[in-house]
Amino acid sequence: MHSVRNPLLTDTALRVDSLSFAIRATPIIEDISVRIGAGEIWSIIGANGAGKSTLLKCLMRINTGWKGRVELYGMDLHRYSQRQLARRIAYVPQPGGDQRFPYTVREFVRMGRYAYAGPFGSAHSGDKAAIEIAMEQAGVTRFSHRTLGTLSGGERQKVFIAAALAQGGDILLLDEPTAFLDYRHQAEVSEILHDLNRVNGSTIVAVTHDVNAALLNGGFALALRDGRVVWSGTTDELADENCLKDIFNAEFRILDDPATGLRVVTPRRNGS
Amino acid sequence: MRNLRILILFFIGSLGILLISPLIGGTRIPLSVVFHPRIEDPETMIFWNIRLPRACLAWIAGAGLATAGMVFQAMFRNALATPFTLGVSSGASFGAAVGMKLGLGMAFLGFSGVSFTATGGALLAIGIVYGLTRLKRNCSTGSMLLAGVAVNFFFASLILLIQYTANFHDTFRILRWLMGGLQMVGFEASLRLLPFLVAGLVVIAACIGELNLLTTGEELAISRGVAVGRVKTILFFAVSILVGVIVSTCGPVGFIGLMCPHMVRLLVGADHRRLMPATVLFGGAFLVVCDTVARTVFAPTELPVGIFTSFLGGPFFLWLLLKPPAGGDIPE
Repeated sequence: MHSVRNPLLTDTALRVDSLSFAIRATPIIEDISVRIGAGEIWSIIGANGAGKSTLLKCLMRINTGWKGRVELYGMDLHRYSQRQLARRIAYVPQPGGDQRFPYTVREFVRMGRYAYAGPFGSAHSGDKAAIEIAMEQAGVTRFSHRTLGTLSGGERQKVFIAAALAQGGDILLLDEPTAFLDYRHQAEVSEILHDLNRVNGSTIVAVTHDVNAALLNGGFALALRDGRVVWSGTTDELADENCLKDIFNAEFRILDDPATGLRVVTPRRNGS
Repeated sequence: MRNLRILILFFIGSLGILLISPLIGGTRIPLSVVFHPRIEDPETMIFWNIRLPRACLAWIAGAGLATAGMVFQAMFRNALATPFTLGVSSGASFGAAVGMKLGLGMAFLGFSGVSFTATGGALLAIGIVYGLTRLKRNCSTGSMLLAGVAVNFFFASLILLIQYTANFHDTFRILRWLMGGLQMVGFEASLRLLPFLVAGLVVIAACIGELNLLTTGEELAISRGVAVGRVKTILFFAVSILVGVIVSTCGPVGFIGLMCPHMVRLLVGADHRRLMPATVLFGGAFLVVCDTVARTVFAPTELPVGIFTSFLGGPFFLWLLLKPPAGGDIPE
């Protein structure tokens, strides 16, 4: 990919400074601050309704009118045009039934190149290569002629990742990338994201309600509760019963897998 | 390239229909008239002064209304969104009726007073429908159609009010025009519409990439880099002018914007890079055929074409509404 980071730019990909967002005077997220380094993997965790997706949409400027300051590579987010922003950050929405679009996989991935198109939607010289590489990396080349409506949820999720890759940015925001997927597709998607991080040096920010997904991602975690940051640190530190109790307001047990060295979290029923 | 071949086929078909249909009718016209026109020959007169101009007008109106429907379907993400079902044609009709009542005949820059008020009416209707669907954040097919029905009722009552207060002659003129008709003599009407059609199509063609992305939803479109607010405003204006100018000339010819984009989508797919040119060519030819049928089926009586298209469009609309959502459709 052509997304090699410019060494002259700061090492901070995203700096969020006391970000708040409200819908009709109801605060959804409040006073969120975090520094996301270039090339890092971050999981944003928290219970349903904690404001995880909202935070992601603020960073992509899908939600506008928030308060606070966000810097992308050292420059105020508002100083980017939407097109410029799309060339740096790509967004993968939460998987859902309304994503059965009538386009073929290739058409849809090609639409990820919008930010580079000339007048009347004319193609950019780098389009063809970017589309092929993105489809290859996400593993969707095999069914590139099928329409999105005919794919399974897991296949469709990989297509959305391919389209985000075609956008050519080096920051990837993903909303519940592995939710509702079967085990094989969960593993595949997680593999794709790790490869992107390792090979392309992409910065990955993934929202998830699943602590185990965050532990599997590795890197860092930011925990939200009722729209506020309650905890942040490395995922190694996250695997702690007291820490998790604080975040989710529920009891957990932590199991070690001696074979892989990974830790697994299971909820504990009340009284057990 | 496959795409280009398909579009060339559409182009030849569309042009062929435009040129052949004037030969058909109460008076059959021999092909020789086209190549060897004789002055003061009644068949030559019928072909060149009556039928061909009428076919051209039908083509322009059909192309414009079909494209307008395609744009609405992308913006509302719904196959049932069209100028007619959303009440935009009613808005334009109301505007045009106001213009007729006020006697705004004079034209400036080829833009007559009536088409000016019709465009205003179309914009007003779009504003109302869009505002209504926006109030509910999750815009379902149901709420969108209900908003369209409400707007239709609203403007229909205003048109009735105008008819009630108008004199007998104006009332009849408005009523007859509301049925949708293409009975014009000479090329004047076509030439008046053509610049607006071309301008509207150029603006819409400039938004091809945006139309594709709007079909996938506003949030995704924004994340791909679309300045959604600005694009929607541009498209609303382009479509309002198209619908306003066409409706003020031909009346609210219904359901073209519903039937044509849908049939074309089945033929060439949903990518607007193919869909738009194919819709323009198909829509034009489709209204030419409808008009040919309307003026021959009860010959020598000619039906207003709007009656015929609504006759076809009603069942088509019900079929679209009731058919189970298939994979690969525009989400409803």
